[in-house]
Amino acid sequence: MFSKSNILLQNSCLVQILRNTSANVIKTQVDVQTPQFTDNHCRMVQLVNELKYKTENVLKGGGEKAIKRHTSKGKLLVRDRINLLLDKNSAFLELSALAANDMYDGSINSAGIITGIGKVCGQECIIAANDATIAIVMGSCTAGGAYVPAMADESIIIKQQGTIFLAGPPLVKAATGEEVSAEDLGGADLHCSISGVTDHYALDDEHALFLARQIVKNLNRKSSNTFNKPFESPLYDSDELYGIIDYDLQKPFDVREIIARIFDGSKFDEIKKKYGETLVCGFSKLYGKTVGIVGNNGVLFSESAMKGAHFVQICTQRKIPIIFLQNITGFMVGRQAEIGGIAKHGAKLVTAVACAKVPKITVIIGGSYGAGNFGIEIVCVEDPIQPRFLYMWPNAKISVMGGAQAAGVLSDVTSKGKMWNETEKKMFEKTVIDQFDKEGSSYFSSARLWDDGIIDPKDTRKVLGLSLAAALNSEVDETDFGIFRM
Amino acid sequence: MVFYLQPQYLIKCTPQGILQSSRRWKSTLRKIDKLLIANRGEIACRVIRTAKRLGVRTVAVYSDVDKNALHVAMSDESYRIGSAATSESYLNGDKLLKVAKVASCQAIHPGYGFLSENVEFAENCQRQDITFIGPPASAIRDMGIKSTSKAIMSKAGVPIIEGYHGEDQSNDRLKEEAKTIGFPIMIKAVRGGGGKGMRIAYSEEEFIEALESARTESQKAFGDSVVLLEKFVAEPRHVEVQVFADTYGNGVHLYERDCSVQRRHQKIIEEAPAPDLSNDLRSELGAAAVRAAKAVGYVGAGTVEFILDKNTHKFHFMEMNTRLQVEHPITEMITGIDLVEWQIKIASGEKLLLTQKEIPLKGHAFEARIYAEDPRGGFLPGAGPLLHLSTPASSKDVRIETGVREGDEVSVHYDPMIAKLVVWGENRPEALSKLQIAGLETNVNFLLDLAKHPEFMAGNVHTNFIRDHYDSLFRDDTPNEILLIQASLTMILTDRIAEINEAVSRDDQYNPFVVESTFRINHEHSRNIKLKFKDKDFITIIKYANNSEYRISCDGGKSSYIVNGEISKSNNKLTLNCTINGVKSKVNIFRNDDILAIFDQNGKVQFSLEQPKFLSAQDEAASTGLLNKAVAPMPGILDKLLVKTGDVVKKGDSLFVLIAMKMEHVVKANRDATILNVLFKAGDNVAKDATIVQFDEQTE
Repeated sequence: MFSKSNILLQNSCLVQILRNTSANVIKTQVDVQTPQFTDNHCRMVQLVNELKYKTENVLKGGGEKAIKRHTSKGKLLVRDRINLLLDKNSAFLELSALAANDMYDGSINSAGIITGIGKVCGQECIIAANDATIAIVMGSCTAGGAYVPAMADESIIIKQQGTIFLAGPPLVKAATGEEVSAEDLGGADLHCSISGVTDHYALDDEHALFLARQIVKNLNRKSSNTFNKPFESPLYDSDELYGIIDYDLQKPFDVREIIARIFDGSKFDEIKKKYGETLVCGFSKLYGKTVGIVGNNGVLFSESAMKGAHFVQICTQRKIPIIFLQNITGFMVGRQAEIGGIAKHGAKLVTAVACAKVPKITVIIGGSYGAGNFGIEIVCVEDPIQPRFLYMWPNAKISVMGGAQAAGVLSDVTSKGKMWNETEKKMFEKTVIDQFDKEGSSYFSSARLWDDGIIDPKDTRKVLGLSLAAALNSEVDETDFGIFRM
Repeated sequence: MVFYLQPQYLIKCTPQGILQSSRRWKSTLRKIDKLLIANRGEIACRVIRTAKRLGVRTVAVYSDVDKNALHVAMSDESYRIGSAATSESYLNGDKLLKVAKVASCQAIHPGYGFLSENVEFAENCQRQDITFIGPPASAIRDMGIKSTSKAIMSKAGVPIIEGYHGEDQSNDRLKEEAKTIGFPIMIKAVRGGGGKGMRIAYSEEEFIEALESARTESQKAFGDSVVLLEKFVAEPRHVEVQVFADTYGNGVHLYERDCSVQRRHQKIIEEAPAPDLSNDLRSELGAAAVRAAKAVGYVGAGTVEFILDKNTHKFHFMEMNTRLQVEHPITEMITGIDLVEWQIKIASGEKLLLTQKEIPLKGHAFEARIYAEDPRGGFLPGAGPLLHLSTPASSKDVRIETGVREGDEVSVHYDPMIAKLVVWGENRPEALSKLQIAGLETNVNFLLDLAKHPEFMAGNVHTNFIRDHYDSLFRDDTPNEILLIQASLTMILTDRIAEINEAVSRDDQYNPFVVESTFRINHEHSRNIKLKFKDKDFITIIKYANNSEYRISCDGGKSSYIVNGEISKSNNKLTLNCTINGVKSKVNIFRNDDILAIFDQNGKVQFSLEQPKFLSAQDEAASTGLLNKAVAPMPGILDKLLVKTGDVVKKGDSLFVLIAMKMEHVVKANRDATILNVLFKAGDNVAKDATIVQFDEQTE
């Protein structure tokens, strides 16, 4: 047993040895020596530094004063709680760390709640600081909140810290005249030894987390989908992702170069390569698991949409998770496109993606504009049953259309009947572009929980892998597509 | 062929202590093909090894606590002889003889300690026609009484130290004799040993008090309070000569050993031959020792101890140990002779295998005794489970003599010696450097410091060595940053290995949550590790740069080291190979839930790991602490209860006496109290922390 793990510890190179040259390895066209590459790399480094800086601020929590107030009561900080709950070396896939960022005067960090996925006693668990499937009552939990621990399978309450009651002491006094302290009304002693509302009596936060780990250990849950095959690392350095993405989102790049730096062995089995070339579809592996990849390589035409719908159907049939690498400028518009039935072909893609009950993980690596965005994203958000993750790179933009296009449209509409000179028009358009830039930025959407977080492009493989591992914990259901308009 | 034993000549001791020489056992060959080993621990194992090599079947005996001991496992047959108490087991001669009969053993090897120097037992063996592997009972008796032995030695022309061995034990007479011999003077119990019943009076004024103290201790330990007086040599060396004699009156010596460095008057490190001794002096010592052995009609292996004045090189007979000694392997190393083999062969009637001229003296050997004890805590012994035992590999130059295995219990009932490390080199410096490399447990740090001490390396040894060099021997042992980093890295990697093993057992070892361990989104994971060394807490901050490289800070984050490493396992030894700021190092490690130990070239550094507060909080909820009771500070036997229910005691009053690891521990009241209850009686075996005495309730 030991030697097996030892090999794993010592030899990350063992993984490398398994690599063999193969026809499906993506051959890169990227020249890292060009000024354009260097320039892009430089700009991405700045964006990533900004992202890390913002994250660092969030990690600091509500400032030293608040931290002191909290810890002096013997309570642990939320992040310390999570680290104590998790296995010592588990990765932690934190979701939406920048939620509520710059909202509410910047006073609320991570929207007051930390959610994420990590291993507890070897089992992947979703953890939320105040509620996971396991209720760990760590603060005050009044009214509706009181039913959460009551409805959980097992619950823990902390001595002289956690209280549960339907109405707090002031309301009880007003309603019945009874004067009672919070601890006597719904404290740990009451709920563990008299009411039976909670099952485990913890002396402090640390004890509660220890008990929580014990509970998880006894869940007797067996993952049906384990990662038990050796895998290859990508051939190319993930750092090169920085230089491939152009700062100007209107400049195209080949999504295969991105795939080559994320998936196992940089291998990609592409289908319909010569048909609907603006959507790249194919299979690859991620930490040894087969995944379907759908990546944008330009504006969506009818053919691309049909190709995408076809590929998504294949994946659902075989219960293969799909990873979307989004860089969408939208569906093609214009009379030509409408004649070709772009609307109904687009609808096929939207239907296929929306109905597919396989794990879907999306990374917005560039723009996500227009109906393309609706097609792949918004519909997914409405499907709460199937696991789905959406991440953004720091350079990504999301909106119904690009800022410049919107400014053009709006100034056209607004200036009707008014005699705007060039300067007035420019000023109007600049206001719109600025607003689109701000509201289209990844931070704006991340703060509003439209996504699961902004990630460093270098970490994409890890984040996708962790998301996949989390998603594969539940059985993949059969997919029942609706009607495809033919 | 049938062999039997016949009387050859006997030496008798009359009540007056005057010698009579007569014919004693004359032997023809008497084959020993089955041997009972009336001992335990490393010496039992050691005897079994040689017996096996000679084709002699071995029979072990064991007490209840030893039923899974190594010596039992190694023997061909084994018999239970009683409970843990030595009087019920290893000291019970009748039981041992019964086993010897039942198992059809022709001989008993007594090892050292226990019955090895017991006259009655040797006689009983003779009576029941079982060969006692040791000298005749008469020789044991003669050498066992110090005054008798000195008289015999004096007559045989062996130099003895100025002293008084008279029968008049009155205070006045003793004081007069002391004045004649001169101060400082040593007062020794006649039946004493192991430092018990021994006092030094530096002046006439101190004499009576020291005398009384020696008498009391001797009476208690040996049931006899007769003392002798000896000139005290201020810087004496303890040099002893290994002798062998056969039943045909032949005797040889196997050179000497120096056992000067002692603690609690017990040996801790021995070497052979003695350093800084001229060949003439060596021959003189050897010849004197052989004369001594012959004077008492000695047979078998024995050791003649001399006091050698460090400065004048004058030597005096001290005593003779009529058994195989703990430190015999160093003699084996320099002569190439297996002393146990000689013992068995001589006992079966063979002549000495070599003449004096044929006995080689080659190279230099050291023995270090590894004890479960705390050198800094006055060398007090400890007991408990051996959590981790890892010894250097044996070779022809390195011998590890041990009677325990990992997981065994070091019992309170017996000697706390865990192992002996014996090394040989072409010369003293080479042997010494071999001794310094091998790292073990317990008092090993101290032994290593001792072996590296410049004065010890120069061979300037004497029996006050530890006292005189106390400050330089007990160096500052606060762990340095490298040790803290190695300990932190051990924590990280052992946790990781445990988690990977868990994942392997779930067939999920390539899960990204395992492979990308400690990954955090857009920030580095950080972990604080608290390590407790003695009473001091050390906190290290670990930043996980990626899943194989760490930045570890020991100063709260001001500066940090770049660290990576891996743990490898061979046999039961875990080795940490690490690179700290580019410097590679290798140490052995041990970790369980409570402790973490690093074994490096300086010995062992042990940290306590942080225990969750709720654990101690739960314990506190269950008891009121030590306020209302007195507990046993270590496992042991309750020797005396000094209080009974209803007694009123003052803070500092003695409550009870506990005997553990051959030492007495007096437990005193920690406050003024009335005794509410006494929960044990004298003679009871008590566990560590057992409540012995309850006080009246008092709240803080």
